[in-house]
Amino acid sequence: MKQGIFKISLNEKLVDNVYKMVLQGDTSDITACGQFINIQLDGLYLRRPISVCDCDDTSVTIIYKVVGKGTEQMAKMTVGETLDVLTGLGNGYDLSTSGDKPLLLGGGVGVPPLYMLAKKLIASGKKVSVILGFNTASEVFYEQEFKDLGCDVTVTTVDGSYGTKGFVTGAYPEDYTYFYTCGPEPMLKAIYKTAETNGQMSFEERMGCGFGACMGCSCKTIAGYKRICKDGPVMLKEEILWED
Amino acid sequence: MGRLNVNLCGIEIDNPIIPASGTFGFGYEFAQAYDINCLGTFSFKGTTKDARFGNPTPRIAECYAGMINAVGLQNPGVHKVISEELPKLSKCFNKPVMANISGFAVEDYAYTCEMLDKESQVGWLEVNVSCPNVHGGGMSFGTSPEAAAEVVRAVKAVTTKPVIVKLSPNVTDIVAIAKACEDAGADGISLINTMLGMRIDLKTRKPVIANKMGGFSGPAIFPVAVRMVYQVANAVKIPVIGMGGVSSAEDVIEMMLAGATAVEVGAANLINPYACRDIINDLPRVMDKYGIDNLNDIIGGVK
Repeated sequence: MKQGIFKISLNEKLVDNVYKMVLQGDTSDITACGQFINIQLDGLYLRRPISVCDCDDTSVTIIYKVVGKGTEQMAKMTVGETLDVLTGLGNGYDLSTSGDKPLLLGGGVGVPPLYMLAKKLIASGKKVSVILGFNTASEVFYEQEFKDLGCDVTVTTVDGSYGTKGFVTGAYPEDYTYFYTCGPEPMLKAIYKTAETNGQMSFEERMGCGFGACMGCSCKTIAGYKRICKDGPVMLKEEILWED
Repeated sequence: MGRLNVNLCGIEIDNPIIPASGTFGFGYEFAQAYDINCLGTFSFKGTTKDARFGNPTPRIAECYAGMINAVGLQNPGVHKVISEELPKLSKCFNKPVMANISGFAVEDYAYTCEMLDKESQVGWLEVNVSCPNVHGGGMSFGTSPEAAAEVVRAVKAVTTKPVIVKLSPNVTDIVAIAKACEDAGADGISLINTMLGMRIDLKTRKPVIANKMGGFSGPAIFPVAVRMVYQVANAVKIPVIGMGGVSSAEDVIEMMLAGATAVEVGAANLINPYACRDIINDLPRVMDKYGIDNLNDIIGGVK
Protein backbone atom coordinates (compact mmCIF):
# COMPACT_ATOMS: atom_id res chain seq x y z
CA MET A 1 0.00 0.00 0.00
CA LYS A 2 1.26 3.44 -0.87
CA GLN A 3 -0.34 6.88 -0.69
CA GLY A 4 0.42 9.31 -3.47
CA ILE A 5 -0.75 12.39 -5.31
CA PHE A 6 -1.62 11.63 -8.92
CA LYS A 7 -2.14 14.08 -11.76
CA ILE A 8 -4.94 13.50 -14.26
CA SER A 9 -3.58 13.29 -17.82
CA LEU A 10 -6.79 12.03 -19.45
CA ASN A 11 -10.45 11.87 -18.41
CA GLU A 12 -12.72 11.01 -21.33
CA LYS A 13 -16.14 9.50 -21.82
CA LEU A 14 -16.04 6.03 -23.40
CA VAL A 15 -19.80 5.45 -23.57
CA ASP A 16 -22.75 6.90 -21.65
CA ASN A 17 -21.83 7.20 -17.93
CA VAL A 18 -18.54 5.33 -18.37
CA TYR A 19 -15.25 7.23 -18.28
CA LYS A 20 -11.60 6.42 -18.76
CA MET A 21 -9.10 8.26 -16.55
CA VAL A 22 -5.32 8.14 -16.75
CA LEU A 23 -3.41 9.22 -13.64
CA GLN A 24 0.29 10.08 -13.51
CA GLY A 25 2.21 9.23 -10.34
CA ASP A 26 4.13 6.60 -8.40
CA THR A 27 2.73 3.22 -9.45
CA SER A 28 5.46 1.13 -7.81
CA ASP A 29 3.05 -0.52 -5.39
CA ILE A 30 0.74 -1.82 -8.13
CA THR A 31 2.14 -5.32 -8.39
CA ALA A 32 -0.64 -7.48 -9.86
CA CYS A 33 -3.48 -7.34 -12.41
CA GLY A 34 -6.85 -7.09 -10.71
CA GLN A 35 -5.71 -4.87 -7.85
CA PHE A 36 -7.55 -1.62 -7.13
CA ILE A 37 -6.81 1.93 -6.06
CA ASN A 38 -8.73 3.98 -3.48
CA ILE A 39 -9.40 7.60 -4.37
CA GLN A 40 -10.09 10.48 -1.98
CA LEU A 41 -12.53 13.10 -3.26
CA ASP A 42 -13.40 16.58 -2.00
CA GLY A 43 -16.27 16.67 0.46
CA LEU A 44 -16.69 12.90 0.58
CA TYR A 45 -15.53 10.98 3.61
CA LEU A 46 -14.76 7.49 2.37
CA ARG A 47 -12.37 6.84 -0.49
CA ARG A 48 -13.73 5.34 -3.72
CA PRO A 49 -12.26 1.97 -4.71
CA ILE A 50 -11.76 1.56 -8.49
CA SER A 51 -10.07 -1.38 -10.22
CA VAL A 52 -6.88 -0.90 -12.20
CA CYS A 53 -7.43 -1.32 -15.95
CA ASP A 54 -3.81 -0.84 -16.96
CA CYS A 55 -0.62 0.56 -15.56
CA ASP A 56 3.03 1.23 -16.38
CA ASP A 57 5.94 2.76 -14.44
CA THR A 58 4.44 6.24 -14.30
CA SER A 59 0.71 5.98 -15.00
CA VAL A 60 -2.38 4.06 -14.04
CA THR A 61 -5.54 3.77 -16.13
CA ILE A 62 -8.96 3.30 -14.57
CA ILE A 63 -12.40 2.97 -16.14
CA TYR A 64 -15.33 3.95 -13.95
CA LYS A 65 -19.08 4.21 -14.23
CA VAL A 66 -20.89 7.22 -12.80
CA VAL A 67 -23.11 5.73 -10.10
CA GLY A 68 -23.10 8.31 -7.32
CA LYS A 69 -21.59 11.46 -5.88
CA GLY A 70 -17.98 10.26 -5.97
CA THR A 71 -17.92 9.13 -9.58
CA GLU A 72 -20.00 12.19 -10.60
CA GLN A 73 -17.26 14.37 -9.15
CA MET A 74 -14.57 12.35 -10.92
CA ALA A 75 -16.35 12.72 -14.28
CA LYS A 76 -16.22 16.51 -13.94
CA MET A 77 -12.48 16.63 -13.23
CA THR A 78 -10.11 17.96 -15.87
CA VAL A 79 -6.59 17.23 -17.07
CA GLY A 80 -3.97 18.65 -14.68
CA GLU A 81 -6.09 18.28 -11.52
CA THR A 82 -4.72 15.99 -8.81
CA LEU A 83 -6.12 13.19 -6.69
CA ASP A 84 -4.96 11.63 -3.41
CA VAL A 85 -4.78 7.90 -4.13
CA LEU A 86 -3.90 4.75 -2.20
CA THR A 87 -2.35 2.22 -4.59
CA GLY A 88 -1.41 -1.43 -4.45
CA LEU A 89 -4.62 -2.62 -2.77
CA GLY A 90 -5.98 -6.16 -3.03
CA ASN A 91 -4.41 -9.44 -4.09
CA GLY A 92 -5.07 -9.43 -7.85
CA TYR A 93 -5.25 -12.36 -10.25
CA ASP A 94 -2.81 -15.26 -10.10
CA LEU A 95 -1.61 -15.90 -13.65
CA SER A 96 0.29 -19.07 -12.85
CA THR A 97 -2.75 -21.36 -13.13
CA SER A 98 -4.07 -20.05 -16.47
CA GLY A 99 -3.04 -22.96 -18.68
CA ASP A 100 -2.49 -22.34 -22.40
CA LYS A 101 -5.98 -21.12 -23.30
CA PRO A 102 -7.39 -18.93 -20.54
CA LEU A 103 -10.88 -17.47 -20.87
CA LEU A 104 -11.64 -13.98 -19.57
CA LEU A 105 -15.26 -12.99 -18.89
CA GLY A 106 -16.16 -9.40 -18.03
CA GLY A 107 -19.51 -7.82 -17.36
CA GLY A 108 -20.02 -4.04 -17.69
CA VAL A 109 -17.51 -2.16 -15.54
CA GLY A 110 -16.14 -5.57 -14.58
CA VAL A 111 -14.38 -5.51 -17.96
CA PRO A 112 -11.52 -3.07 -17.10
CA PRO A 113 -9.41 -5.20 -14.70
CA LEU A 114 -9.31 -7.94 -17.35
CA TYR A 115 -7.45 -5.67 -19.77
CA MET A 116 -4.07 -5.69 -18.01
CA LEU A 117 -4.58 -9.37 -17.27
CA ALA A 118 -5.14 -10.10 -20.99
CA LYS A 119 -2.06 -8.06 -21.85
CA LYS A 120 0.12 -10.04 -19.43
CA LEU A 121 -1.29 -13.41 -20.51
CA ILE A 122 -0.73 -12.61 -24.20
CA ALA A 123 2.81 -11.45 -23.38
CA SER A 124 3.49 -14.82 -21.78
CA GLY A 125 2.38 -16.62 -24.94
CA LYS A 126 -1.14 -17.68 -23.96
CA LYS A 127 -4.04 -17.93 -26.40
CA VAL A 128 -6.58 -15.66 -24.70
CA SER A 129 -10.34 -15.71 -25.35
CA VAL A 130 -12.39 -12.83 -24.00
CA ILE A 131 -16.16 -12.53 -23.58
CA LEU A 132 -17.38 -9.01 -22.85
CA GLY A 133 -20.97 -8.76 -21.64
CA PHE A 134 -23.12 -5.63 -21.74
CA ASN A 135 -26.84 -4.84 -21.56
CA THR A 136 -27.09 -3.11 -24.91
CA ALA A 137 -25.07 -1.85 -27.91
CA SER A 138 -24.64 1.68 -26.57
CA GLU A 139 -22.80 0.36 -23.48
CA VAL A 140 -20.13 -1.63 -25.32
CA PHE A 141 -16.54 -0.51 -24.74
CA TYR A 142 -13.00 -1.87 -25.12
CA GLU A 143 -13.86 -4.50 -27.77
CA GLN A 144 -11.22 -3.11 -30.13
CA GLU A 145 -8.65 -2.68 -27.35
CA PHE A 146 -8.83 -6.38 -26.46
CA LYS A 147 -8.66 -7.29 -30.18
CA ASP A 148 -5.58 -5.08 -30.55
CA LEU A 149 -3.87 -7.10 -27.81
CA GLY A 150 -4.46 -10.23 -29.88
CA CYS A 151 -7.35 -11.74 -27.94
CA ASP A 152 -10.19 -13.68 -29.51
CA VAL A 153 -13.08 -11.37 -28.53
CA THR A 154 -16.81 -12.14 -28.29
CA VAL A 155 -19.26 -9.43 -27.24
CA THR A 156 -22.65 -10.33 -25.80
CA THR A 157 -25.57 -7.98 -25.18
CA VAL A 158 -28.63 -8.93 -23.16
CA ASP A 159 -31.01 -7.34 -25.70
CA GLY A 160 -29.14 -8.64 -28.73
CA SER A 161 -28.54 -5.16 -30.15
CA TYR A 162 -24.85 -5.96 -30.64
CA GLY A 163 -22.81 -9.18 -30.87
CA THR A 164 -24.24 -12.39 -29.49
CA LYS A 165 -27.65 -12.05 -27.81
CA GLY A 166 -27.76 -13.09 -24.18
CA PHE A 167 -25.32 -13.38 -21.27
CA VAL A 168 -21.60 -14.15 -21.26
CA THR A 169 -22.44 -17.68 -20.12
CA GLY A 170 -24.10 -18.32 -23.49
CA ALA A 171 -20.86 -17.72 -25.38
CA TYR A 172 -18.27 -20.09 -23.91
CA PRO A 173 -15.62 -21.11 -26.46
CA GLU A 174 -15.28 -24.80 -27.22
CA ASP A 175 -11.95 -25.12 -25.54
CA TYR A 176 -10.46 -23.23 -22.58
CA THR A 177 -8.09 -24.24 -19.79
CA TYR A 178 -9.07 -21.84 -16.99
CA PHE A 179 -11.21 -18.74 -16.46
CA TYR A 180 -10.83 -15.27 -14.95
CA THR A 181 -13.84 -13.06 -14.38
CA CYS A 182 -15.07 -9.78 -12.96
CA GLY A 183 -18.61 -8.44 -13.06
CA PRO A 184 -21.90 -8.21 -11.19
CA GLU A 185 -22.57 -10.95 -8.65
CA PRO A 186 -25.43 -12.63 -10.62
CA MET A 187 -22.97 -13.03 -13.52
CA LEU A 188 -20.31 -14.50 -11.22
CA LYS A 189 -22.86 -16.96 -9.82
CA ALA A 190 -23.91 -18.01 -13.31
CA ILE A 191 -20.28 -18.56 -14.32
CA TYR A 192 -19.65 -20.49 -11.12
CA LYS A 193 -22.45 -22.88 -12.07
CA THR A 194 -21.67 -23.26 -15.77
CA ALA A 195 -17.91 -22.97 -16.24
CA GLU A 196 -16.22 -26.27 -17.00
CA THR A 197 -12.90 -25.40 -15.41
CA ASN A 198 -11.61 -23.82 -12.24
CA GLY A 199 -11.02 -20.11 -12.24
CA GLN A 200 -10.77 -16.85 -10.33
CA MET A 201 -13.52 -14.33 -9.63
CA SER A 202 -13.15 -10.72 -8.60
CA PHE A 203 -15.73 -9.48 -6.08
CA GLU A 204 -17.08 -6.09 -5.16
CA GLU A 205 -18.34 -4.85 -1.77
CA ARG A 206 -18.87 -1.57 0.04
CA MET A 207 -15.57 -0.92 1.77
CA GLY A 208 -14.50 1.24 4.68
CA CYS A 209 -10.73 1.44 4.39
CA GLY A 210 -9.77 -0.76 1.42
CA PHE A 211 -6.63 -2.11 3.12
CA GLY A 212 -7.87 -4.70 5.59
CA ALA A 213 -8.27 -2.72 8.81
CA CYS A 214 -11.99 -2.21 9.35
CA MET A 215 -13.56 -5.60 8.51
CA GLY A 216 -16.25 -3.73 6.57
CA CYS A 217 -16.14 -6.05 3.54
CA SER A 218 -15.73 -9.51 5.08
CA CYS A 219 -17.15 -12.61 3.47
CA LYS A 220 -17.28 -16.29 4.35
CA THR A 221 -15.30 -18.70 2.18
CA ILE A 222 -14.48 -22.38 2.36
CA ALA A 223 -11.02 -21.24 3.48
CA GLY A 224 -12.48 -19.16 6.34
CA TYR A 225 -13.41 -15.51 6.68
CA LYS A 226 -11.80 -13.22 4.15
CA ARG A 227 -11.67 -9.47 3.63
CA ILE A 228 -12.62 -8.67 0.04
CA CYS A 229 -10.32 -5.63 0.06
CA LYS A 230 -7.20 -7.34 1.41
CA ASP A 231 -7.49 -11.11 0.94
CA GLY A 232 -9.48 -10.46 -2.29
CA PRO A 233 -10.97 -8.99 -4.36
CA VAL A 234 -9.98 -12.08 -6.35
CA MET A 235 -11.16 -15.40 -4.94
CA LEU A 236 -10.61 -18.90 -6.28
CA LYS A 237 -13.76 -20.55 -7.61
CA GLU A 238 -13.20 -23.55 -5.33
CA GLU A 239 -13.10 -21.43 -2.16
CA ILE A 240 -16.29 -19.44 -2.77
CA LEU A 241 -19.31 -19.93 -0.52
CA TRP A 242 -22.49 -18.34 -1.87
CA GLU A 243 -24.54 -17.08 1.06
CA ASP A 244 -28.02 -17.51 -0.44
CA MET B 1 10.05 13.50 30.16
CA GLY B 2 9.00 14.82 26.75
CA ARG B 3 6.39 17.47 26.24
CA LEU B 4 3.96 14.93 24.74
CA ASN B 5 4.21 12.30 27.50
CA VAL B 6 1.14 11.55 29.56
CA ASN B 7 0.40 9.04 32.30
CA LEU B 8 -2.54 6.83 31.46
CA CYS B 9 -3.82 4.98 34.53
CA GLY B 10 -0.31 4.44 35.89
CA ILE B 11 1.44 3.70 32.62
CA GLU B 12 3.59 6.40 31.07
CA ILE B 13 3.03 6.76 27.30
CA ASP B 14 5.19 8.73 24.84
CA ASN B 15 2.24 10.70 23.52
CA PRO B 16 -1.53 10.66 24.01
CA ILE B 17 -2.38 9.31 20.53
CA ILE B 18 -4.14 5.94 20.50
CA PRO B 19 -5.76 4.40 17.41
CA ALA B 20 -9.25 3.32 18.43
CA SER B 21 -10.45 -0.25 18.47
CA GLY B 22 -11.96 -1.53 15.24
CA THR B 23 -10.07 0.92 13.05
CA PHE B 24 -6.59 -0.52 13.49
CA GLY B 25 -7.04 -4.31 13.46
CA PHE B 26 -4.13 -5.87 15.34
CA GLY B 27 -1.77 -3.31 13.87
CA TYR B 28 -0.14 -5.24 11.01
CA GLU B 29 -1.81 -3.46 8.10
CA PHE B 30 -0.55 -0.18 9.50
CA ALA B 31 2.87 -1.57 10.44
CA GLN B 32 3.36 -2.13 6.70
CA ALA B 33 2.72 1.57 6.11
CA TYR B 34 4.76 3.08 8.98
CA ASP B 35 6.55 2.20 12.23
CA ILE B 36 3.62 1.99 14.65
CA ASN B 37 5.99 2.29 17.64
CA CYS B 38 5.53 6.05 17.27
CA LEU B 39 2.04 5.64 18.82
CA GLY B 40 1.26 6.15 22.49
CA THR B 41 -0.37 2.73 22.30
CA PHE B 42 -3.28 1.34 20.30
CA SER B 43 -6.53 -0.35 21.17
CA PHE B 44 -6.79 -3.63 19.30
CA LYS B 45 -9.81 -5.10 17.55
CA GLY B 46 -12.75 -5.74 19.91
CA THR B 47 -12.28 -9.25 21.27
CA THR B 48 -14.97 -11.58 22.58
CA LYS B 49 -14.90 -14.95 24.34
CA ASP B 50 -15.84 -16.84 21.17
CA ALA B 51 -15.01 -16.15 17.53
CA ARG B 52 -17.53 -14.01 15.64
CA PHE B 53 -18.11 -13.38 11.93
CA GLY B 54 -20.24 -10.35 12.69
CA ASN B 55 -23.04 -8.89 10.61
CA PRO B 56 -23.95 -9.51 6.97
CA THR B 57 -22.63 -7.03 4.36
CA PRO B 58 -23.01 -4.23 3.37
CA ARG B 59 -21.58 -3.12 6.71
CA ILE B 60 -20.44 0.36 5.70
CA ALA B 61 -22.26 3.53 4.65
CA GLU B 62 -20.94 6.95 3.68
CA CYS B 63 -22.23 10.04 5.55
CA TYR B 64 -21.49 13.75 5.54
CA ALA B 65 -18.15 14.03 7.36
CA GLY B 66 -18.31 10.48 8.56
CA MET B 67 -19.40 6.93 8.08
CA ILE B 68 -21.64 4.27 9.58
CA ASN B 69 -20.33 0.80 10.33
CA ALA B 70 -22.12 -2.33 11.43
CA VAL B 71 -19.25 -4.80 11.44
CA GLY B 72 -20.68 -6.60 14.45
CA LEU B 73 -17.49 -7.34 16.37
CA GLN B 74 -15.90 -9.71 13.89
CA ASN B 75 -12.93 -11.26 15.70
CA PRO B 76 -11.24 -14.65 16.05
CA GLY B 77 -12.12 -15.04 19.75
CA VAL B 78 -9.85 -14.50 22.75
CA HIS B 79 -7.97 -17.80 22.48
CA LYS B 80 -6.87 -17.18 18.89
CA VAL B 81 -6.12 -13.55 19.72
CA ILE B 82 -3.70 -14.84 22.36
CA SER B 83 -2.24 -17.72 20.35
CA GLU B 84 -2.03 -16.03 16.92
CA GLU B 85 -2.56 -12.27 16.94
CA LEU B 86 -0.51 -11.23 19.99
CA PRO B 87 2.67 -13.12 18.93
CA LYS B 88 2.46 -11.44 15.49
CA LEU B 89 1.75 -8.07 17.11
CA SER B 90 4.79 -8.36 19.38
CA LYS B 91 6.99 -8.42 16.25
CA CYS B 92 5.82 -4.98 15.06
CA PHE B 93 4.89 -3.23 18.32
CA ASN B 94 7.13 -3.14 21.39
CA LYS B 95 4.95 -1.10 23.78
CA PRO B 96 2.08 -2.10 26.05
CA VAL B 97 -1.08 -2.51 23.97
CA MET B 98 -4.66 -1.80 24.98
CA ALA B 99 -6.89 -4.87 24.82
CA ASN B 100 -10.46 -4.02 23.81
CA ILE B 101 -13.01 -6.46 25.19
CA SER B 102 -16.68 -7.02 24.44
CA GLY B 103 -19.20 -9.47 25.77
CA PHE B 104 -22.83 -10.40 25.75
CA ALA B 105 -23.00 -11.56 29.38
CA VAL B 106 -21.15 -10.43 32.50
CA GLU B 107 -19.39 -13.83 32.68
CA ASP B 108 -18.12 -13.41 29.09
CA TYR B 109 -16.46 -10.11 29.95
CA ALA B 110 -14.85 -11.63 33.04
CA TYR B 111 -13.63 -14.69 31.12
CA THR B 112 -12.09 -12.67 28.28
CA CYS B 113 -10.45 -10.22 30.67
CA GLU B 114 -9.06 -13.02 32.82
CA MET B 115 -7.47 -14.59 29.73
CA LEU B 116 -5.95 -11.31 28.55
CA ASP B 117 -4.81 -10.37 32.07
CA LYS B 118 -2.12 -13.07 31.74
CA GLU B 119 -0.62 -11.50 28.60
CA SER B 120 2.44 -9.41 29.36
CA GLN B 121 2.06 -7.12 26.35
CA VAL B 122 -1.43 -6.07 27.41
CA GLY B 123 -1.13 -2.82 29.36
CA TRP B 124 -4.75 -1.84 29.80
CA LEU B 125 -8.11 -3.55 29.40
CA GLU B 126 -10.60 -1.34 27.58
CA VAL B 127 -14.04 -2.76 28.25
CA ASN B 128 -16.68 -1.92 25.67
CA VAL B 129 -20.06 -1.86 27.41
CA SER B 130 -22.03 -0.91 24.28
CA CYS B 131 -22.96 -4.52 23.49
CA PRO B 132 -26.45 -5.88 24.07
CA ASN B 133 -26.88 -7.95 27.24
CA VAL B 134 -28.41 -11.24 26.11
CA HIS B 135 -29.64 -11.94 29.64
CA GLY B 136 -31.01 -8.43 30.07
CA GLY B 137 -33.54 -8.26 27.25
CA GLY B 138 -30.90 -7.16 24.74
CA MET B 139 -30.42 -3.72 26.29
CA SER B 140 -26.82 -2.54 26.09
CA PHE B 141 -24.84 -2.83 29.35
CA GLY B 142 -23.75 0.72 28.79
CA THR B 143 -27.27 2.17 28.96
CA SER B 144 -27.72 1.38 32.65
CA PRO B 145 -25.46 2.51 35.53
CA GLU B 146 -26.17 -0.75 37.39
CA ALA B 147 -25.42 -3.04 34.43
CA ALA B 148 -22.24 -1.14 33.55
CA ALA B 149 -21.07 -1.26 37.16
CA GLU B 150 -21.76 -4.99 37.32
CA VAL B 151 -19.44 -5.53 34.33
CA VAL B 152 -16.74 -3.38 35.95
CA ARG B 153 -16.90 -5.28 39.24
CA ALA B 154 -16.74 -8.64 37.45
CA VAL B 155 -13.73 -7.55 35.41
CA LYS B 156 -11.87 -5.90 38.27
CA ALA B 157 -12.17 -9.14 40.24
CA VAL B 158 -10.07 -11.02 37.67
CA THR B 159 -7.37 -8.55 36.70
CA THR B 160 -4.70 -6.34 38.17
CA LYS B 161 -4.30 -4.35 34.95
CA PRO B 162 -5.98 -0.94 34.67
CA VAL B 163 -9.57 -1.26 33.50
CA ILE B 164 -10.88 1.48 31.22
CA VAL B 165 -14.60 1.45 30.50
CA LYS B 166 -15.57 2.55 26.99
CA LEU B 167 -18.95 4.25 27.11
CA SER B 168 -21.71 4.53 24.57
CA PRO B 169 -23.06 8.01 23.79
CA ASN B 170 -26.50 6.55 23.04
CA VAL B 171 -27.75 7.17 26.57
CA THR B 172 -29.77 9.77 28.45
CA ASP B 173 -27.25 10.53 31.19
CA ILE B 174 -23.66 9.53 30.42
CA VAL B 175 -22.38 11.18 33.62
CA ALA B 176 -24.43 8.84 35.80
CA ILE B 177 -23.01 5.82 33.96
CA ALA B 178 -19.44 7.11 34.18
CA LYS B 179 -19.80 7.73 37.92
CA ALA B 180 -21.27 4.26 38.46
CA CYS B 181 -18.25 2.77 36.68
CA GLU B 182 -15.85 4.84 38.77
CA ASP B 183 -17.60 3.77 41.98
CA ALA B 184 -17.39 0.13 40.84
CA GLY B 185 -13.61 0.43 40.60
CA ALA B 186 -12.89 1.47 36.99
CA ASP B 187 -9.41 2.97 36.53
CA GLY B 188 -10.41 5.10 33.56
CA ILE B 189 -13.24 6.00 31.20
CA SER B 190 -13.03 6.21 27.41
CA LEU B 191 -15.70 7.89 25.32
CA ILE B 192 -17.46 8.18 23.00
CA ASN B 193 -18.19 4.98 21.15
CA THR B 194 -20.11 5.46 17.88
CA MET B 195 -23.54 7.06 17.75
CA LEU B 196 -26.42 4.97 16.46
CA GLY B 197 -27.18 6.00 12.89
CA MET B 198 -28.91 4.91 9.68
CA ARG B 199 -28.86 5.69 5.96
CA ILE B 200 -31.46 4.80 3.31
CA ASP B 201 -30.73 4.21 -0.38
CA LEU B 202 -33.20 6.27 -2.43
CA LYS B 203 -33.00 3.94 -5.43
CA THR B 204 -33.72 0.71 -3.58
CA ARG B 205 -35.70 2.32 -0.70
CA LYS B 206 -33.84 0.06 1.66
CA PRO B 207 -31.30 0.76 4.42
CA VAL B 208 -27.78 0.99 2.98
CA ILE B 209 -26.51 -1.30 5.74
CA ALA B 210 -27.74 -4.90 5.93
CA ASN B 211 -28.10 -4.57 9.72
CA LYS B 212 -30.24 -1.43 9.03
CA MET B 213 -28.52 0.60 11.77
CA GLY B 214 -24.90 1.04 12.70
CA GLY B 215 -22.38 3.18 14.51
CA PHE B 216 -21.87 6.68 13.16
CA SER B 217 -18.32 8.00 13.48
CA GLY B 218 -16.06 10.59 11.91
CA PRO B 219 -15.62 14.38 12.21
CA ALA B 220 -19.40 14.92 12.25
CA ILE B 221 -19.63 13.55 15.81
CA PHE B 222 -16.64 15.48 17.18
CA PRO B 223 -18.66 18.26 18.90
CA VAL B 224 -20.85 15.69 20.65
CA ALA B 225 -17.72 13.85 21.80
CA VAL B 226 -16.09 17.03 23.14
CA ARG B 227 -19.26 17.86 25.06
CA MET B 228 -19.53 14.40 26.63
CA VAL B 229 -15.80 14.23 27.47
CA TYR B 230 -16.17 17.62 29.17
CA GLN B 231 -19.20 16.47 31.16
CA VAL B 232 -17.64 13.18 32.25
CA ALA B 233 -14.17 14.58 33.00
CA ASN B 234 -15.74 17.15 35.29
CA ALA B 235 -17.70 14.48 37.15
CA VAL B 236 -15.09 11.75 37.74
CA LYS B 237 -11.58 11.73 39.27
CA ILE B 238 -10.17 8.90 37.11
CA PRO B 239 -8.50 9.62 33.74
CA VAL B 240 -10.67 10.04 30.67
CA ILE B 241 -9.72 9.08 27.12
CA GLY B 242 -11.51 11.28 24.60
CA MET B 243 -12.53 10.03 21.18
CA GLY B 244 -15.10 10.64 18.48
CA GLY B 245 -14.21 12.19 15.15
CA VAL B 246 -10.68 13.25 16.10
CA SER B 247 -8.80 13.94 12.86
CA SER B 248 -6.06 16.49 13.60
CA ALA B 249 -3.59 17.71 16.21
CA GLU B 250 -5.96 20.63 16.86
CA ASP B 251 -8.75 18.16 17.65
CA VAL B 252 -6.43 16.38 20.10
CA ILE B 253 -5.74 19.61 21.96
CA GLU B 254 -9.44 20.45 22.03
CA MET B 255 -10.21 17.02 23.53
CA MET B 256 -7.50 17.48 26.15
CA LEU B 257 -8.79 20.94 27.05
CA ALA B 258 -12.19 19.31 27.52
CA GLY B 259 -10.62 16.94 30.05
CA ALA B 260 -9.05 14.05 28.16
CA THR B 261 -5.73 12.62 29.40
CA ALA B 262 -5.28 10.70 26.12
CA VAL B 263 -7.09 10.71 22.80
CA GLU B 264 -8.22 7.88 20.57
CA VAL B 265 -8.38 8.31 16.80
CA GLY B 266 -10.81 6.08 14.93
CA ALA B 267 -12.37 6.61 11.52
CA ALA B 268 -9.52 8.90 10.41
CA ASN B 269 -7.25 5.83 10.20
CA LEU B 270 -9.51 4.30 7.59
CA ILE B 271 -9.37 7.17 5.14
CA ASN B 272 -5.75 8.07 5.81
CA PRO B 273 -3.71 5.10 7.04
CA TYR B 274 -1.02 7.56 8.19
CA ALA B 275 -3.46 9.70 10.22
CA CYS B 276 -2.08 8.90 13.70
CA ARG B 277 1.56 9.26 12.65
CA ASP B 278 0.73 12.60 10.99
CA ILE B 279 -1.11 13.86 14.09
CA ILE B 280 1.81 12.91 16.38
CA ASN B 281 4.28 14.66 14.07
CA ASP B 282 2.08 17.74 13.89
CA LEU B 283 1.40 18.08 17.64
CA PRO B 284 4.57 20.05 18.56
CA ARG B 285 3.84 22.64 15.84
CA VAL B 286 0.23 23.10 16.98
CA MET B 287 1.31 23.24 20.65
CA ASP B 288 3.79 26.00 19.78
CA LYS B 289 1.11 27.86 17.89
CA TYR B 290 -1.16 27.91 20.95
CA GLY B 291 1.59 28.46 23.52
CA ILE B 292 1.45 24.99 25.07
CA ASP B 293 4.76 23.83 26.58
CA ASN B 294 3.57 20.46 27.84
CA LEU B 295 0.34 18.61 27.12
CA ASN B 296 -0.16 17.84 30.81
CA ASP B 297 -0.66 21.57 31.39
CA ILE B 298 -3.87 21.65 29.34
CA ILE B 299 -5.72 18.50 30.46
CA GLY B 300 -9.12 19.73 31.64
CA GLY B 301 -8.04 23.31 31.07
CA VAL B 302 -11.58 24.39 30.29
CA LYS B 303 -13.76 24.77 33.37
